[in-house]
Amino acid sequence: MLVGRNGRSDSLVLEGRVLAPTQGIDEPLRITVTDGVVSALEPGAPGALVIAPAFVDPHVHLRTPGREDEETLRSGTEAAAAGGYCAILAMPNTEPVVDSAAVLGALVERARDDAVVPIGFMAAISKGQHGDELTEMVELAEAGAAAFTDDGRPVVSAGLMRRALQYSALTELRLALHCEEPSLSRGGHAHEGSVAAELGIGPYPSSAESVMVERDLSLAGSESRPLHLMHLSARESVAALDHALASGVAATGEVTPHHLVLTDEAVRSLDTNTKMNPPLRGEGDRDALRDALRRGAISCVATDHAPHARQEKDVPFEEAPFGVTGLETAFAALYTQLVIPGVLTLETLLERMSAGPARAFGLDEPRIEVGARANLVALDLDVAWTVTEEGFRSLSANSWLLGETLRGRVVQTVADGRTVFQA
Amino acid sequence: MSELRPPASPRRHLLSIADLDRRDVDRILDTAQSLAGSLEREVKKLPTLRGRTVVNLFYESSTRTLASFELAAKRLSADTMSLRSAGSSVDKGESLKDTALTLAAYEPDVIVVRHPSIGAPQLVARLTDAHVVNAGDGKHQHPTQALLDLHTMRQALGRLEGLHVAIVGDVLHSRVARSLVQALGLVGARSTLVGPPTLVPRGIESLGCEISYDVGAIADADVVYVLRMQQERMGEAFVPSLREYTAVYGITPERVRGGQVVMHPGPMNRGVEIDPRVADSAAALVTDQVRAGLVVRMAVLYDVLTVAPVPEREPARAVA
Repeated sequence: MLVGRNGRSDSLVLEGRVLAPTQGIDEPLRITVTDGVVSALEPGAPGALVIAPAFVDPHVHLRTPGREDEETLRSGTEAAAAGGYCAILAMPNTEPVVDSAAVLGALVERARDDAVVPIGFMAAISKGQHGDELTEMVELAEAGAAAFTDDGRPVVSAGLMRRALQYSALTELRLALHCEEPSLSRGGHAHEGSVAAELGIGPYPSSAESVMVERDLSLAGSESRPLHLMHLSARESVAALDHALASGVAATGEVTPHHLVLTDEAVRSLDTNTKMNPPLRGEGDRDALRDALRRGAISCVATDHAPHARQEKDVPFEEAPFGVTGLETAFAALYTQLVIPGVLTLETLLERMSAGPARAFGLDEPRIEVGARANLVALDLDVAWTVTEEGFRSLSANSWLLGETLRGRVVQTVADGRTVFQA
Repeated sequence: MSELRPPASPRRHLLSIADLDRRDVDRILDTAQSLAGSLEREVKKLPTLRGRTVVNLFYESSTRTLASFELAAKRLSADTMSLRSAGSSVDKGESLKDTALTLAAYEPDVIVVRHPSIGAPQLVARLTDAHVVNAGDGKHQHPTQALLDLHTMRQALGRLEGLHVAIVGDVLHSRVARSLVQALGLVGARSTLVGPPTLVPRGIESLGCEISYDVGAIADADVVYVLRMQQERMGEAFVPSLREYTAVYGITPERVRGGQVVMHPGPMNRGVEIDPRVADSAAALVTDQVRAGLVVRMAVLYDVLTVAPVPEREPARAVA
């Protein structure tokens, strides 16, 4: 399901405070990796570093094929490596859409040369993501699809959504859903509320997301099928997820760093890097998302890394496309904005960036134990650094954090037994 | 947009009413009043801006705004030229950024921008060394309209402080309403937005206004400010029909109380949002508004070029 570069494995030693929340490890250890596999865990010096299971990002746009000027498999995975990730899931809304085994197969082949960090390619739910006909899900699963999604677009038809839930049972794979009712979001560029009303920006109400979340959870419940909700933004959606979980629906959810940190107040700057879909919402929404992440109702941090060419964002707000980058800033942004102020513990953040997303998509959880493939991230929590355009490995620089000073930096990433990033 | 070079020096712009304080408004209105006096002379041209260049960059159709900016610049002896999106390189897909950079190469003193998208004038201000005047951006702001409306009210009613203005109609799509509510707040007047729930955006009261869905709320106002009801909105089902809109919210003689004045930013849909009998009555200040447009835009051009810039504010931070 995950595809990375062929080639050597590394042998290395890492020493510091080892923090593996799902394994109950928090102690100074010396980790020896031999030929890509953890071969020894011994008492070590605490040192300056925190070493944790590397991160898993369930939501990345690699723009390949079609927009290699914005991101390539190589640049996107180098960005992921710099962000501390050992696995990422790539969205299929490319040009062409990943809706056939032929397109998927070509990507898998390319990843064997270019993927610095292993990639799981998601395939589309509907052909061309048009929402009319299902893709050949069995063949796509056999060709290596990691999950199914029409991300970037909702599955508008409830009938097709239900068929997708039913038919995808033939595979082991999950549906990941971008929940948006287009008749409510049409013409919307910012959260419906005072900020959009004052500025005169077309409103995108919370209900555009939550009515679709409620519909899809209801269908998943009645079909007894699992479901993953992407980039949740509204407190009403969180309430619907809580309700579904309480009634036994096998639902998981993800939230982005920008929805956890910002509110729609940021839109007042008219900076096009504050424009995403779903939009930044109000403080009550942000608090509900933080709370759900803390409780685990939302079990994944996802960057929704969405590179855009400079000329596309260098336009007036309403003309700009939705989306911001995030792979290289996710940990530091959340460590600075949530962990340091005491909103979230470091342990919880590490879990939601690694084991949480891996479990949601049936991937192997990155673990620090003898005999396991090494998937490690070394973090220096004391370093302060400033986000600049020049500092990105990503081909695009549409970050909402440009100019911000963050604390906590990834200093080394080991993915599938190989050092893929070293500061 | 951080690759944009910083401007050579801070300059005064008029991008939004939010950039102004009460003293700015008073000064611009006082300038407008004194310019109005000069226009009563036989030779109407003043030498004030001789040698200056004013470029009008209009990405939306406009009759009165463009005409009054052109005439305002000419009356102040500035050189002026107007670029419309139709028939220019904008037609050929040139971006706003490139058009602005191209114009900037001619070193204009002022660029007047009208654009269908919020933030376009801000973008031009960041990209060029010119003083930028917003002549309407998307549904966001139309600050010179708000200032000319204040000027009209002050001339007709003798004061602004304490006035109550009812703004009636399609608030959702109206940059005029947003600018006017803010401007009225600055000068100590109050405003009530009146319209159907589908056309009064949720959360707008944070601008400092009241909201009513009942046209009866206009009875209490000194000024009834009627917004244009845009025919093209009908397709989007904001109201079931113009007929019903007119029946519920149309400003008819029966709904206007003696002593009230009626304003409209134009162009009017007679028989839709405003009854022709009201439009042609003595209470209507519509032509006063057009006249005010000329002197207020002259005052604004003069103001941005001669008054020191607004003190640099801390730029909005992305991170809360």
